Amino acid sequence: MGRFIILRVGRALITIALVVTFAFIVLRLSGDPAQIILGPEAPPEVLAAFRRAWGLDDPIWLQYLHYFGAIAQGELGRSMRDGRSAIEIVAERIPITLALTVPALVLKLGIGIPAGVYAALHRGSLTDRIVMIVSVAGFTIPSFVLGLTLVLVFAVQLGWLPSGGQDSWRHAILPILTLGIGGAAILARFTRSAMLEVLGQPFIRAASAKGVPWQDVITRHALPNAAIPTVTIIGFMVGTLIAGAVVVESVFSWPGVGRLLVVAVANRDLAVVQCILLLVAATMVISNLIVDFLYGFLDPRLRSAKGQKAAGGQP
Amino acid sequence: MTDHALASAKPAPKSLDHTRSRSVPIAVYLALAWLIGMVVIALLADVLSPYRFTAPDLRNRLSPPGNPLHWLGTDELGRDVMSRLFVSIRISLLIAFGAALISAFLGTVLGFVAAYFRGVAEQLVLMLADFQASMPFLILALSVLAFFGNSLPLLIGLMGLFGWERYARIARGLAISASAQGYASAIHQLGARPVRVYLRHILPNIASTLIVMMTLVFPEVILLESSLSFLGLGVQPPMTSLGNMVGFGREYITRAPWIMLAPAVTIILTTLAVSVLGDWLRDRLDPTLR
Repeated sequence: MGRFIILRVGRALITIALVVTFAFIVLRLSGDPAQIILGPEAPPEVLAAFRRAWGLDDPIWLQYLHYFGAIAQGELGRSMRDGRSAIEIVAERIPITLALTVPALVLKLGIGIPAGVYAALHRGSLTDRIVMIVSVAGFTIPSFVLGLTLVLVFAVQLGWLPSGGQDSWRHAILPILTLGIGGAAILARFTRSAMLEVLGQPFIRAASAKGVPWQDVITRHALPNAAIPTVTIIGFMVGTLIAGAVVVESVFSWPGVGRLLVVAVANRDLAVVQCILLLVAATMVISNLIVDFLYGFLDPRLRSAKGQKAAGGQP
Repeated sequence: MTDHALASAKPAPKSLDHTRSRSVPIAVYLALAWLIGMVVIALLADVLSPYRFTAPDLRNRLSPPGNPLHWLGTDELGRDVMSRLFVSIRISLLIAFGAALISAFLGTVLGFVAAYFRGVAEQLVLMLADFQASMPFLILALSVLAFFGNSLPLLIGLMGLFGWERYARIARGLAISASAQGYASAIHQLGARPVRVYLRHILPNIASTLIVMMTLVFPEVILLESSLSFLGLGVQPPMTSLGNMVGFGREYITRAPWIMLAPAVTIILTTLAVSVLGDWLRDRLDPTLR
């Protein structure tokens, strides 16, 4: 178990390092970092001092190490637009985004998992077909089309809800629905296929053959095993809590992290973009780590190094 | 199940393909017809468009669909929605095809490299694949666009990085198991170079799986491109793409919803058609995938 934890934490750190490297390469390829971090209006003497302070005349590998060090200390630069620290700007948007994504996640789990399990248990029934059709729609309808359709129906035609902005809880309903419906459809399809796969296993037949009531076969044998693949996709959804609403926030003019990212990209406000990129990477890595530990908890087979190799060796 | 039962009950079918082709569901035909239509429109956009896609018709601004001059209506500048739709289909398909080919190529090559060299190279490829799979691609793409600005070749190249890790994982796994099989080692014993073994012998054997993978990734590429363009960060005006049209049409959603609906419906039907076709192909060619 100790080895398992060390391996996973090590992999998480490597992923973070890869993102930082990615940011470094992209940053260096796109121009003079001093200019980029300080902004175009920085006076030449400040630029020169910055170059000296950051060692931009050093060999590239040394610069790379310095860059790493700076990021480790939370030195992420300042926004080109108002000169405030990028972290500060991003941090104040996080709760605004979470106000959408957390209820949406609850909606996804609350609808997606029961629908998927029910569809699997009643394979071929009318409900199963409806769940499958809706989940295919969830895959093929882009979130901005779903969002705009909801606006067209509930804001324009019926006039029940506002079409955009962030003034009251009523403004949050349509974006949450847009995020939730799409995610629930994907989760339902995933849960259904995980459940179907487990239901086809010999141990399910064995359990019901030895006289375990069907109810218990489902709750004791089928659900825990189906939970293992489902946890992966839930982990991904948790990881996207901060930046998973880029498109939906734009549709509904919701001033969260996603909207900030789009505006920052359009204005080429690189410090802010870099800060969001690293923040997203960190959340993804942490949620993956939690998923990995949950795996080990849910499935003792994966705890051993051998099981891990087998899992990694699958095409 | 019933197909198999029927086939075995009948006196020896002429060929396997013959019995297979009979059970093609109607949805697959519809999907195929739609996709062929899309490709034809993309190729012949110039001929089929009644107007130039940038040509304004100031007397017919925001004209609803059904206008004898503009079948699908016009936008705020009186530009013909149908002509714009055709050109958008061309651009969106160009990006999606280009990106799908690049990522299939990249992924397969890296998968083969991992399978051939094993060791450090393999671990490196797998690590990159894990990294790619664990980051939301939209965020990565947005960061690159922020740093480098935007152009069509860059956009296609960027989209080409989407999904490579899935091809790489599959190509690696299949190539490892293929090289353990008799035919690969026989060719190797005959003196063929590794490149020849991989490209001429292993690749054709695993191509069907890779093609199925492509049909699974393709709709996601279309959605990604349209999302980026919708955000105003993908295809730039005066060029137009499906997502781009939805993005600009959204400002007229109350007065002229058709500007937005025409490309939106096209996106949905196209991704749906590719998914239907991909699911069917997967069941036919390689049921082991997912």
